[in-house]
Amino acid sequence: MDFAFTKEQLMFKQEVIRFAEKEIVPRVREHDLKEEFDFESFRKLGEFGILGLHFPEDLGGSGADVITTVLASEALGEAGVDGGLTLSLGAHTFLCADTIYRHGTDEQRKKYVPKLASGEWIGCMGLTEPNAGSDVASLKARAEKKGDAYVLNGNKMFITNGPIADVAVVYAKTNPELKHAGISAFIIEKGTPGFSAGPNLIKMGVRTSQTSELIMNDCVIPAQNLLGEEGEGFNMSMQTVEWDRSALLAPFVGAAQYMLKRCATYANEREQFGRPIGKFQAVKHKLANIRIFVEAARTLVYRTAWCKDQGRALNHLEAAVAKLFLGDWSLVPTNDGVVLHGGYGYCHEYDMERIFRDGRLGPIGGGTSDIQKMIISKLM
Amino acid sequence: MKIIVLMKQVPDTETKIQVKPGETAISTDGVTFVINPYDEFAIEEALRIKEAKGGDVTLITLGWDKAAEALRTGLAMGADKAVHLNDPAFLTNDAHSIALALSKTLKKLQYDLILCGKQAIDYDNHQIGVRVAEMLGIPHVAVVTKLVLEDGKAVAHREIEGGTEVVETPLPAIITCQKGLNEPRYASLKGIMQAKKKPLEAKKVADVDASPGEVGQAGAKTVVLTLTMPPDRAAGKVVEGEPEDAARQVVKLLREEAKVI
Ligand SMILES: Cc1cc2nc3c(=O)[nH]c(=O)nc-3n(C[C@H](O)[C@H](O)[C@H](O)COP(=O)(O)OP(=O)(O)OC[C@H]3O[C@@H](n4cnc5c(N)ncnc54)[C@H](O)[C@@H]3O)c2cc1C
Repeated sequence: MDFAFTKEQLMFKQEVIRFAEKEIVPRVREHDLKEEFDFESFRKLGEFGILGLHFPEDLGGSGADVITTVLASEALGEAGVDGGLTLSLGAHTFLCADTIYRHGTDEQRKKYVPKLASGEWIGCMGLTEPNAGSDVASLKARAEKKGDAYVLNGNKMFITNGPIADVAVVYAKTNPELKHAGISAFIIEKGTPGFSAGPNLIKMGVRTSQTSELIMNDCVIPAQNLLGEEGEGFNMSMQTVEWDRSALLAPFVGAAQYMLKRCATYANEREQFGRPIGKFQAVKHKLANIRIFVEAARTLVYRTAWCKDQGRALNHLEAAVAKLFLGDWSLVPTNDGVVLHGGYGYCHEYDMERIFRDGRLGPIGGGTSDIQKMIISKLM
Repeated sequence: MKIIVLMKQVPDTETKIQVKPGETAISTDGVTFVINPYDEFAIEEALRIKEAKGGDVTLITLGWDKAAEALRTGLAMGADKAVHLNDPAFLTNDAHSIALALSKTLKKLQYDLILCGKQAIDYDNHQIGVRVAEMLGIPHVAVVTKLVLEDGKAVAHREIEGGTEVVETPLPAIITCQKGLNEPRYASLKGIMQAKKKPLEAKKVADVDASPGEVGQAGAKTVVLTLTMPPDRAAGKVVEGEPEDAARQVVKLLREEAKVI
């Protein structure tokens, strides 16, 4: 395992931080408070090229490897970008655009990937349903082939970018008798009759990302909107796990690093009992706690990315460890970051409470910690 | 069109500057370095002209080894090649010596237009563009916020107290750039990968036909005697009481203690 980054990778990471600090971060607090998606920032991310880094150039990307892509995602968090915007980006690029890129026909790729890579269109992915989360193979959404069209019925739940997406990759059963093998993936465009999104759900954290139900009510789409073959849907959704456990987790590592930097500065500046609070052992230990989390989490995420770059098959046990560690083990250090700032840490203006709230999605989204433990114990 | 940009690497504006007692230069420990923000406007303007009219953009800097990073960033933004005056014998903060080294370098190059920042934000000399123009015997327009090129000449808008002055100059000329001229781009990943293969040439004193006695500290016209941090700001005073009384007190303090009115 070799994590020696090239000069260019490090230079790009620095440039992403510089870009984000100047163009995105000043807008974060206002949007988090209003629970609004920041369209302007998303457009800027597209212009900068970050929404399509790993796609080939002829599809509007930059041909980046996985490590570079992960470094860029991490850099956004490190600059102070909120978990809402980075989750939106993750769902858009890795769950929606990448699925079309990997499994789409040439025609589908050319139609959607460049628009998604530039940010002209926003994408989402709908797998979870109101009654099918952890047990996702039990999903009920139905796709029936009628002539050269599919008719879709059913509901999707907790869909990131649901209310604002121009295009959705949606999983539905073409064969309801089967569990996993009955699932297929479809592309649905906004405005398709019978397709709609519910209102934005009010959430604890990642508040600038918009989350909603997707409703399919006799939604008719052309048969060529099927992605890959019928019955391949479940495997496609599993393949997004590699991105999920690397580039989608990386911003949370970055956010913890950002928190650490802020805490270190604060510990030096804030004085109580006649000295900077950083002189007290209890405060030093909090800083150490955050650092330990960052180091370990970062290594786990880089490792998943590195394996993908090496062309190795995803090690499901390692991926589950990464997912679980970032979700569950961030609780104490991100709490430490709040407490280290005292009353200020509890206030919005200081970012600490937001990072704490954003981090709480970790043990739930994209497979709960219980499910990760199930996987880990099964594979041991 | 051949465009040359003179640029400098400076401490990041966010950096807390520190001076060690007795030193005549700032401490570089833990300092991150960036392209001088005004030079970024110069690079951006050069790239926009190149994109509109064709040609190439050459960057020149004088500085220590690390300054090559700033050149790489400029190349990643889109410049074509770079020249690094990298020789301990070049190093100084004296505007005359630096301008002389740059103008000697420029004499061996072809150019239609030279752009640079109106000042560097570290030592704030505001002198390089003007001095280089003088040494090359070409016109210069300083503090420019808009630049329009027509054949053989440039029309530049410059900021003056309370207004704008529009100046026309034949080319080649030196233009020093002010905020407002443009919004500098960020280096893209593609740009960074391409920059890796672009020529970055290091030059020693002899390579620009200069003698060691006339450039660097040896050729300096000024010497920095001391460098000190501004004194810590004393705590403010709070004036209390009814508005009328308080105002009277403030006026008294301004007159007798602060002695500003
Ligand atoms: C902000 C946000 C964004 C999301 N974005 C998307 C998206 O873009 N697309 C998408 O498809 N989905 C998305 N999701 C859905 C997410 O992936 C699911 O919420 C998650 O998989 C859990 O499913 P569930 O909510 O139905 O919980 P359930 O599966 O109902 O789980 C409830 C509880 O039971 C536990 N549990 C369930 N089964 C077991 C078991 N076998 N053993 C032990 N414990 C068990 C769980 O761990 C959990 O604690 C998002 C969710 C959130 C909150």
